[in-house]
Amino acid sequence: MRFYGKGILTGLAVTLRAMTRRAVTRQYPEVRPDLPPRSRGVIALLEENCTSCMLCARECPDWCIYIESHKETLPPATEGGRERSRNVLDRFAIDFSLCMYCGICIEVCPFDALFWTPEFEYAEHDIAELTHERDVLREWMWTVPPPPALDPGAERPKEVVDALRAAAEGRPA
Amino acid sequence: MTVAGVLDVVLRLVLVVGAFLLLPLLVGQLEHKAMAHMQSRVGPMYAGGFHGWAQLVADGVKFVQKEHVVPTAADRTVFSLAPAVALLPYLLVLAAVPVGPGLVAVDLPAGLFFALAVLSVSVLGSIMAGWSSANKYALLGGMRTAAQLLAYELPLVLAGSSVVMAAGTLSLSGIVLAWRPWWLVWQAAAAVVFFVSGLAELARPPFDMPLADSEIVLGPLTEYTGLRFALFMLAEYAGIVVLCALTAVLFLGGWRGPFGDASLGPIWLLAKIFLLAFVVIWVRVSTPRLRSDQLQRLAWLVLVPMSLGQLALTGVVKVVTS
Repeated sequence: MRFYGKGILTGLAVTLRAMTRRAVTRQYPEVRPDLPPRSRGVIALLEENCTSCMLCARECPDWCIYIESHKETLPPATEGGRERSRNVLDRFAIDFSLCMYCGICIEVCPFDALFWTPEFEYAEHDIAELTHERDVLREWMWTVPPPPALDPGAERPKEVVDALRAAAEGRPA
Repeated sequence: MTVAGVLDVVLRLVLVVGAFLLLPLLVGQLEHKAMAHMQSRVGPMYAGGFHGWAQLVADGVKFVQKEHVVPTAADRTVFSLAPAVALLPYLLVLAAVPVGPGLVAVDLPAGLFFALAVLSVSVLGSIMAGWSSANKYALLGGMRTAAQLLAYELPLVLAGSSVVMAAGTLSLSGIVLAWRPWWLVWQAAAAVVFFVSGLAELARPPFDMPLADSEIVLGPLTEYTGLRFALFMLAEYAGIVVLCALTAVLFLGGWRGPFGDASLGPIWLLAKIFLLAFVVIWVRVSTPRLRSDQLQRLAWLVLVPMSLGQLALTGVVKVVTS
């Protein structure tokens, strides 16, 4: 049924209903937001896992990752064997004034050395301060939350499937 | 005049001025909060500590600190005088509003006539501001104010005169005394016309064409800064208080309530004023701004015929019942 003034009455009803519900406002500085584990706040570096393979730096679309490393040779493990060489990380820095938070570096890291953390309060007065060196990046690791639980009915993680199959065949995974 | 007489007058005036300064702030705070919650926000939360109760005090302090800028080409005297012209009439009207049985600052025999006449003066403040600002937006806003005043003054007066016919008196106290609960039905159309025309005269949304901040900056207030701008804002909220008080007195029985008229009179009136003020805010939040031609159509094709019909109905009922 249509009658004169229906639109106004509908509008009044909508605003009155909105008034009776709780406001959606977040009291941010007083109440810290409860962010999900995958929030793209800042990138943390677990440098123990890093092999200086440079994959992250090369995939970064805006070239904001700086990696410097040198090669060290280790004495051979067995007598008369070949000398082993390994990369030693000298510098790992992410310039968050350039970073666009795409997360590609985290996706490509084959050694799980980079992680998202939901921390976002790292604004600076000087743009140069936004380049976080490896010690700062390492500190962010403490804020990395455990990954979210799998959805109900989701596939099992690949590692678990592999381990189960290996156990069934009686070989080490 | 005796000392007691002088003290009596002073006390009345102090009370009126106190109400005049306090009630608009309460309405303003109500608007802040009610509007926020209607938009799923929380509104001011910091000033004063508890839910931002002192927000308008803080705003006032801020306005006082600001510079008073007068445009070079402006008509300096008129420009500076306009906020006072916009604000003071409401103070005068408030003095004539009866707040309890025999409780009125100034009991005028032609109270309604006085109230409506003085109320229109306030709009002159906006027109003065618009003309003297030497700004095209201000001028446009001033002209729109004038057009709106012309259109809505007629239904306002017609609706008011319907109550006057019903009560047989122009005195606001007399109207409250003559009021009967069934007038709520009898004078319903007049009440709606009066309230809507009053909103239009105050240039409150949805009738805020003269201010229309998205198209002509802020109309007549464009060039105003600091304390004088604050006075205009105060005038807007004082206008809401006065409009709601007049509507309550004329159509809702003023200080009369379900019980305890003699002692609770002022509380009943305040309750009615704030209920109506809430409606003003509610309508503001819920409706989009009317276009200029829609404004004129509403005034001339809806409100004027409605108020004329109400006048006829009032006359017929009056003749039949007497």
